[in-house]
Amino acid sequence: MSRFAAAFAKSHPALVTFVTAGDGDTAAILDALVAGGADVIELGMPFTDPMADGPAIQAANLRSFAAGTTTADILAIAAAFRARHPDIALVLMGYANPMTVRGADWFAAVCKDAGVDGVICVDIPFEEDDSLGPALRAAGVDQIRLATPTTDAARLPAVLDGAGGFLYYVSVAGITGLQQAAQASIEDAVARLRTQTDLPIAVGFGVRTPDQAAQIARVADGVVVGSALVELVAQHGAGAPRHIETFTRSLAAAIHGAKEIAA
Amino acid sequence: MSTQPNSYRSQPDERGHFGIFGGRFVAETLMPLVLDLEREYRAAQNDPAFAAEFDDLLTHYVGRPSPLYYAERLTEELRKDAPAGKGAQIWFKRDELNHTGAHKINNCIGQILLARRMGKTRIIAETGAGQHGVATATVCARFGLPCVIYMGARDMERQQPNVFRMKLLGAEVIGVESGARTLKDAMNEALRDWVANVHDTFYIIGTAAGPHPYPELVRDFQSVIGKEARAQLLERTGRLPDLLVAAIGGGSNAIGLFHPFLDDPSVQMLGVEAAGHGLDKEHAASLAGGAPGILHGNRTYLLQDEDGQIDEAHSISAGLDYPGIGPEHAWLRDVGRVDYTSATDKEALDAFQLLCRTEGIIPALEPAHAIAAVAKVALEMDRDAIIVANLCGRGDKDIFTVAEALGTQI
Repeated sequence: MSRFAAAFAKSHPALVTFVTAGDGDTAAILDALVAGGADVIELGMPFTDPMADGPAIQAANLRSFAAGTTTADILAIAAAFRARHPDIALVLMGYANPMTVRGADWFAAVCKDAGVDGVICVDIPFEEDDSLGPALRAAGVDQIRLATPTTDAARLPAVLDGAGGFLYYVSVAGITGLQQAAQASIEDAVARLRTQTDLPIAVGFGVRTPDQAAQIARVADGVVVGSALVELVAQHGAGAPRHIETFTRSLAAAIHGAKEIAA
Repeated sequence: MSTQPNSYRSQPDERGHFGIFGGRFVAETLMPLVLDLEREYRAAQNDPAFAAEFDDLLTHYVGRPSPLYYAERLTEELRKDAPAGKGAQIWFKRDELNHTGAHKINNCIGQILLARRMGKTRIIAETGAGQHGVATATVCARFGLPCVIYMGARDMERQQPNVFRMKLLGAEVIGVESGARTLKDAMNEALRDWVANVHDTFYIIGTAAGPHPYPELVRDFQSVIGKEARAQLLERTGRLPDLLVAAIGGGSNAIGLFHPFLDDPSVQMLGVEAAGHGLDKEHAASLAGGAPGILHGNRTYLLQDEDGQIDEAHSISAGLDYPGIGPEHAWLRDVGRVDYTSATDKEALDAFQLLCRTEGIIPALEPAHAIAAVAKVALEMDRDAIIVANLCGRGDKDIFTVAEALGTQI
């Protein structure tokens, strides 16, 4: 069973957490996420021009660059995580240029070598899939696709074609970490997506509190939290792992218990 | 060469690719909107009423056609340093005489007509030098649509007259503090606005770059420059030019001049990038110093490091201060149809002053780069050869920058 399948086959919805690689002591932060109960880890690859990200993750990228983070460092962080945590699903998330600059085949190969299970590329829609997708699939690395409120019924089959791991539903038309979607719109969207795919559906963008996460977890297979975690790194610096573990534990408790409460 | 296409004017393909360049590298949220825009543009292309309204506005609002002017004194001045029999005739396409003082308005007229067709009620744009921002604010005032302009905070400092113009025209100007606080960062912020407001907002991109169909439609709207120049020169001299020259940031004025001539084999073309402090130092010459990559919706040449992180560009000209270039130029360079060179800040400043003194025309710093290249190549060409350079903007906005560079207090 793949690590994604295992993460989503548990008796409860999955907590998917995002942090930016190279922002703070990433190894300690990742360990804190796992200790706190995260089921899937998204490791953000910083980019100089993160046009889908809000202020929190933009600032995290700048902190990471200020610390001198390179692609080689990110891959080393991923490989070391995999050695410490053989069973937790790990995703690299970022933008097309850093992923493809040395060629899609190169990127797919280094992801596989580092033990990365899946890749989310924000700015490669299925129309440009040949820039990355075939290389990932050939290497056995899942390509996690994004569906959004603007993805209509006509587009959805093509979005799902070649998708692996889980389907990431971006619940608001916007950038990371700002607005939150109305619960009713999330429920409608997840129900619509379920008729089209057997992939687990994780919902993200703008999820900041355990209460919100619990609401979403009643209908989704996973909940993604990013900017709220990244802000803890900004706020606490070297002391961040402890705060991240506490916050992650509160998110995990809310998400993992959501369906029982609903029932 | 067997790999040469039958026509250089049939790009892009149906996926918006110019060879390996171009494309639609945007977030899924934006993709349906980008497809809507393409559908609407195809419909507009087949609608005589759209062309009629565009032409009418260009004639009566923008003031087209712009003149084609033989710069006799500049030609004579340059001939003083030329070998015997050398020193080409220099002609200028006077797009600085357009309403708002630059070529940018041509494209803004076209795009706001598309925005209206699509029922969009809010306009956003990015701007570097402020010329595109002013042109966008102008058409928004003309059509009564609210307008938000994103501009790098550093560019706002060096282009204050244009910031004030935009405000007078009713636009909200939002300073962007991220990155180097220039055009690239303004474009990131405009894209963030767009993705959050897809339902009602139209993004008027100012250069021939971004996701398909922007590079194509910006080129088409700007091609009025080359179409006019071609007809005007034929009428005046009975012949085609030997060389076209234009400055390149994203490349909209250059592609507008070049495109109608691409299938005229006798016409050579030269795009001029900004070499800033020099190609071995900080500059904005993506073709000379960059490599193919993906940014802002398209694959093109980018200034970047080995990890694909985008480098900061530098040019004295805020309008050329961008680490990328339109994808059609990337393709035209790789297939060898157009030559590209560069001019430094200093060469552009020299050319700026040369044109002021010889022709009584204060050019913008962007076309000053083209004039710098003209001043070099004219010396190597026969006296009966004709160069047409695009004078794509006037220099009023730049006098403070130039004064500072020359060490003059205003």
